[in-house]
Amino acid sequence: MSTIENVSRRRFLAGGVVAAGALVLGVRYYHKLSSGDQLPHNTNADRATLHASVYLGIDPDGTVWIVAHRSEMGTTSRTTLPLVVADELDADWKRVKIEQAIGDKRYGDQNTDGSHSIRSFYDAMRQAGATARFMLTQAAAQQWGVPAGECETDLHAVVHRSTNRRAGYGELATAAAKLAVPKREELKLKAKSAWRYIGRGQVSYDLEALVTGKAIYGMDAQVDGMVYASVEHPPVLGGKVKSYDDKEALKVAGVRQTVPIDPFQQAPAFQPLGGIAVIADNTWAAFQGRKKLNISWDNGPNETYNSDAYKNELRETSHNPCKVVRNIGDADAVFAKGGKVHEADYYVPLLAHASMEPMVALAEFKDGKATLWAPTQNPQAVQDIVSKELGIAKEDVICHVTLLGGGFGRKSKPDYVAEAAVLSKKTGRPVKVVWTREDDIKFDYYNAVASMYMKAALGANGKPTAWLQRSVFPPIPSIFDVNTVYGDPAHLQQGWTDNPYDLPNLRIENGPAKAHVRIGWLRSVANIYHAFGIQCFTDELAHAAGRDPLDYLLNLIGNPRTIDFKGVEYPNYGASMDAYPWETGRLRRVTEMVAEKSGWGKRKHGKGTGVGIAAHRSFLTYVATVVEVEVNDQGEVRIPRVDTVLDAGLVVNPEATRAQFEGAAVFGTSIVRTGEITATKGVIDQSNFQDYPVARINEVPKQTNVYIVDSDAPPAGVGEPGVPPFVAAFGNAIFAATGKRVRDLPITKLGLS
Amino acid sequence: MIQLKVNGVEQSFGGEPEMPLLWYLRDVLRLTGSKFGCGVGLCGACTVHVNGQATRSCVTPMRDAAGKEVTTIEGLERNGLHPVQRAWMEINVPQCGYCQVGQIMQAAALLNSKKKPTDQEIDETMAGNICRCGTYQRIRSAIKAAAGEMT
Repeated sequence: MSTIENVSRRRFLAGGVVAAGALVLGVRYYHKLSSGDQLPHNTNADRATLHASVYLGIDPDGTVWIVAHRSEMGTTSRTTLPLVVADELDADWKRVKIEQAIGDKRYGDQNTDGSHSIRSFYDAMRQAGATARFMLTQAAAQQWGVPAGECETDLHAVVHRSTNRRAGYGELATAAAKLAVPKREELKLKAKSAWRYIGRGQVSYDLEALVTGKAIYGMDAQVDGMVYASVEHPPVLGGKVKSYDDKEALKVAGVRQTVPIDPFQQAPAFQPLGGIAVIADNTWAAFQGRKKLNISWDNGPNETYNSDAYKNELRETSHNPCKVVRNIGDADAVFAKGGKVHEADYYVPLLAHASMEPMVALAEFKDGKATLWAPTQNPQAVQDIVSKELGIAKEDVICHVTLLGGGFGRKSKPDYVAEAAVLSKKTGRPVKVVWTREDDIKFDYYNAVASMYMKAALGANGKPTAWLQRSVFPPIPSIFDVNTVYGDPAHLQQGWTDNPYDLPNLRIENGPAKAHVRIGWLRSVANIYHAFGIQCFTDELAHAAGRDPLDYLLNLIGNPRTIDFKGVEYPNYGASMDAYPWETGRLRRVTEMVAEKSGWGKRKHGKGTGVGIAAHRSFLTYVATVVEVEVNDQGEVRIPRVDTVLDAGLVVNPEATRAQFEGAAVFGTSIVRTGEITATKGVIDQSNFQDYPVARINEVPKQTNVYIVDSDAPPAGVGEPGVPPFVAAFGNAIFAATGKRVRDLPITKLGLS
Repeated sequence: MIQLKVNGVEQSFGGEPEMPLLWYLRDVLRLTGSKFGCGVGLCGACTVHVNGQATRSCVTPMRDAAGKEVTTIEGLERNGLHPVQRAWMEINVPQCGYCQVGQIMQAAALLNSKKKPTDQEIDETMAGNICRCGTYQRIRSAIKAAAGEMT
């Protein structure tokens, strides 16, 4: 995150007219302006009379413009960050207008991924609001000839109580714009007791647009004269077109031309996959034309990739000593002594994102500049890849961010946007690339397939005296360097390096695996398989020891303490260990709370029913979940109830947070029930919702109860942390209900029916 | 020429009769409320009403829409919001929102035929509409809320 700094300067309006007296407080404009002295893309906040920050402007009619610089894919970041600005400004939410930022470094990080929008920008948003409030208050005090310290704000107005004077923000904007921008240390943030919105939340700013079909997603973007494209990609990663025949494709009514796209160079990264594009007058004609292409492929080395064999390779690797990433004591010495040892292999396959909106982007390349409209989580990465692909400056890539029809991490990777840009340059027209669902499933950046070997020596009371865990998975950095085979700290930290148990002998290892498909971030990422391995193995040990799984889990978490990662690479999700220490007491507390809320041990569970529990910290948030399942004689699994407790520190928008955890239970349901992507000879076997099913209304938890711990700790993530403990608790519940241990996802392999 | 009515307006279409209704609505009429999700009738994002019946427009060729009355989300309610839309807002159903137009069209059709659907009837009818964000619990609540309002 960039720091806000005082940049009091003149500002240039479109057309080059100098606006006197307007103020800019904001992140310095690092990029050179692309044409003359104009800002390349003024927002209304930029143009407003009082432009107090890159994120904020106020006009004389009292309209407050707030810039949403991060992408909206359903988590409400587009609403909740502006809400923090509005609170600190003491603004009336009804008079706030939100505008979506283009990709631009001046806003700081815009990669809406990793559940950190609030965490990383909470302070910046408060400062932006407080800066404008300070200036408005000063302006009022000067007008009234009273000390600013005697003035206060009251919902979109400055008031001086003793003389009963009041001036609205709009009336004060012009005068405030002439004042010096306060230094950061001059700002006084509102006391918690004065918060209007933080901790109370708001529904989505776009709610009405979402229910009326007026919301504009990438799929809905349009410009005059645009044509539509559908691309036949190489079926195997790294494949190339040997030759192709487009005669039949060109006969399809509405098809205009075909265009080859170069394959990626070296590692895939965010480059287009290559292939043959069919350009047409409408989407359907492009799809039809594509079916008539006759392409001969050179599949390349990934043709040898078969999921069954690969699974065995991963397992084999995990059964031998691997790279140690964290060690306490000497687990091997304990194992060597003999005694009761428990071992298990856990496995999670490749997973696809399957956001409801398939990949889509609209690009217009004109006069050496590219303008894009895309449902992207990462518009600055769009600027990077498009500038490289087209050979133009990054400042000449304008990326408008539409609403996203789901993202889940897939839309942080802008390969599909680069594809549209390349096609627009090649055709000389605005091009909208539309991926089919089949393209989406077959050409994803999949969540890594992972195999985990778990081993524990059990002491007299059943508590482990030694614990060994090894994970093997193709790492995400392999998309940037195909020779990368070991997990990187940023992903090993996700529930693996930070096994929180209070154990005298603990060894954590990671083994090598070569990727044959693109691996990428998917909601909760490595936490999904790591929490599944650790939390289900914990449950196994509890049963092996004849202990209650809740008591056993609490016993392993141990007494409240801060985990010491000295000598261990533990990035802590990019946050400081001082602000966000790993506190086992908080994990313990959510576990105890979820036990109480779910009635753990107090409710009777008859034949074919059972409950499972799991606890996990991810994205700096502590979560514990209890899942209740019923399995009937036909092996059909139902989920009558889920209870989940989270401690995410300060929660700005509780309602949206509850929704995220309800959704996480559904996302997790898909993973456990049916989530599996496989490949044969390098080609993905699945293609659409018939063979990559995701959970439907009749398959999901009937009731998900979400409880938020009241906390003043700094804010942590809420979009992702609900998934990992749900997946593990669901697995544990199935064991409780059926006696069958879930070690291999999805449960279609368990033979329940 | 294929004649049809879309949201009460007479339209004629001289293009490919095999073109699915969805792409006619989106690319020709530029009514983009109905969404493309799977193209094979498995996700429900493209749901519209054809002669009052919830229909997957992505697998309905234009030849089958001839002479029919098509209603999309843009024409669901002429005056303000439909009770289902109001319930969706009251219960705060949407997350990303992409599937919600299809969900709303499906729910509106359900409530036209069943005034007070049971949980099982809701599940059976709505099982064709996928929501990847996982708003199902709220969808069920919102349908019940709308059912209460509509009676």
